[in-house]
Amino acid sequence: MAYRVVIVGGGAAGMQTALELKSRGIEPVIVERDIELGGKVRGWHKLFPTFVPASDVLFPLAQRVKAARVRCFYGQEVTDIASDGVTLRSGERIPADAVVMATGFTLFDAHRKQEYGYGLYDNVITSVDLERMMNGGGVTLADGTKPQRIAILHCVGSRDEKVGQRHCSKVCCITGVKQAIELREMFPDADIFNFYMDIRMFGPGYEELYREAQEKYNIHFVRGRISEAAETIDKRIQIKAEDTLTGRPLRMTIDMLVLLVGMSANYENEGIAQRAGLELAPNGYFKTVDNFLGAVSSNRRGIFYAGAVTGAKSLADTLAEASLTASAVDDYLKEVFNK
Amino acid sequence: MRRASWQEYQKEIADNKYYYARSCIRQNFFPGSERAFLDILTNDLGVDIFDDPLHTSCTGIGYHSDVVPLETIMTVVARQFSLMAEAGYENFISSCITSFGIYNEVLATWEEFPETEERTRRYLREATGRELVKPRSIAHTSDIMFHHRHSIARRAKRRLVNLYTGESLRVVEHIGCHYAKIFPKSGIGGSEFPYVLAGMIEAWGGDVVDYPERRHCCGFGFRNYLVQANRGSSIANSHKKLESMAPYKPDFIVANCPGCAMFLDKWQYAISEMDGTTYGANGRGIPVLTYEEMAGLVLGYDPWELGMQFHQVDVEPLLDKLGVEYNPDAKYLGRDGKLIGRPRAVAVNGCGVELGLRR
Repeated sequence: MAYRVVIVGGGAAGMQTALELKSRGIEPVIVERDIELGGKVRGWHKLFPTFVPASDVLFPLAQRVKAARVRCFYGQEVTDIASDGVTLRSGERIPADAVVMATGFTLFDAHRKQEYGYGLYDNVITSVDLERMMNGGGVTLADGTKPQRIAILHCVGSRDEKVGQRHCSKVCCITGVKQAIELREMFPDADIFNFYMDIRMFGPGYEELYREAQEKYNIHFVRGRISEAAETIDKRIQIKAEDTLTGRPLRMTIDMLVLLVGMSANYENEGIAQRAGLELAPNGYFKTVDNFLGAVSSNRRGIFYAGAVTGAKSLADTLAEASLTASAVDDYLKEVFNK
Repeated sequence: MRRASWQEYQKEIADNKYYYARSCIRQNFFPGSERAFLDILTNDLGVDIFDDPLHTSCTGIGYHSDVVPLETIMTVVARQFSLMAEAGYENFISSCITSFGIYNEVLATWEEFPETEERTRRYLREATGRELVKPRSIAHTSDIMFHHRHSIARRAKRRLVNLYTGESLRVVEHIGCHYAKIFPKSGIGGSEFPYVLAGMIEAWGGDVVDYPERRHCCGFGFRNYLVQANRGSSIANSHKKLESMAPYKPDFIVANCPGCAMFLDKWQYAISEMDGTTYGANGRGIPVLTYEEMAGLVLGYDPWELGMQFHQVDVEPLLDKLGVEYNPDAKYLGRDGKLIGRPRAVAVNGCGVELGLRR
């Protein structure tokens, strides 16, 4: 009889872990809070740095999970975990020989940065809203017209002590570059500005894309965070910032402000960790045994991690890590049960 | 209104029994407002408020000008609190925004650095023989007016509505920086979307104007104004705000800070003299009110009893819109009924005098 591993979360990390476990002869069971698989990637338009449609990754992944006949529980929330199974909010318990936490992250709530007026001013949107607009009917201002002057603000809810988010969300910089290029292709005559404090281009092809954005797509990069946004009488957005390279304050009026929202740890992590005896990092993400040989292992044997549940990660890194998690689970099961 | 986020910032405001600390600037520039505050709370609302002749300046102006050391201002603040306790009160309310910031700053400093509280207790004991008793609640007087806004609305003689058009008056609300920009949680609505004045305006029938430079400082700033060489910075800030609000054609400005009310009013005169620009209707200025004046007009007080003749920008156009009856000849009569003199007619201050103006 195959060993059973419960995977909490049916996003990219959960699906990839399930497929890898299945290929190793282990029975994966996915418990997903939503009514379908896909997690945060669902609804995303294109992926950095190659502009591959997100559906080109997500759809085949979900198809493979279906073809592999992975058992999935939908609309179920896990409230407690242990190395021998998980407990659902309904009280039902799913026994297992090991558990993988793949619950990902929570998008930073842009309302918390009140100075930017998200939810208050019609033409202040988030990077997630922009992806959905690009995936849907197209990008327009609230009145249906085309934006002629767009600002993209990096690090909204990242590296920001004021809102208790000290960590870097890693993927926002390259997302900002990607979205700026997409906006340029949609609006060839528009002025597009990216406001940043640092540009962190850590992945393959990222730095090249950043240069291309400047040289080929004429995206303006301004080193300085926007301090506040306010609506003008004609429903445009007035922003204030400091251009820290020239050392001068800056005030300009734009048509649309895009807030690159960061990744936050899930609110539920604390309770789950406390009850299961798991360690959390200071930023609220689950803490791994170490960053090297134990990068997917928790401090509790039999409980493993995959993807952004341990910190901000790109989709590529998440998928790679999920394979590593499956390998670590396999090693654990052999060690514990095949003595 | 769409600014629902103010509800996330609440603080305890006592219903009654207030110890009142006055403002140095307001006693000189808006004495009628402090008087009106006491009258409204005592006579209209029946609230117990104690105006203690023993209390002093908080010395905040000296503190922010590097004349008064931190230890001194802490001891002065401690004395105010001890006076409050001796008078049998525990809800301290401050008429001044600078003082409000000072009281919050001192209490927070004592909380963060207990040794400073102990040192202050010792200084107070040695200097005055008094014992420090910290207040149960701290509020600005605009918080108190906000707290009672619905009671005032029920007693209103008129609403903030234009008599000629039937439309709500458009009101620019300006919050003093030291109200919530130092400690966001100490203000109703926090620092980004303060609601303390907006709540009064809405309760009394007006419309709040949200304009791009709403959050911007009026430009007072002690170092901006007290250092003569920096006054250009002060007027530049007021200028920026006035330029930003003008397209919305506000009927008046209301402020909760003594400095803001003074400078947004008086710099309009300076700007009109410098380049002929005025920001109100018919080439006039935009009247700048205190919240007590706004409440007083709503409750039917006489504008000259409220001290509105102290304003640089004439308030008569606003009084006419509101349907306030007033005696133009009584505007500059002193307490004894004698004329105290009329200011020279200029663009923002000269109702009834025709002037050649650019706007």
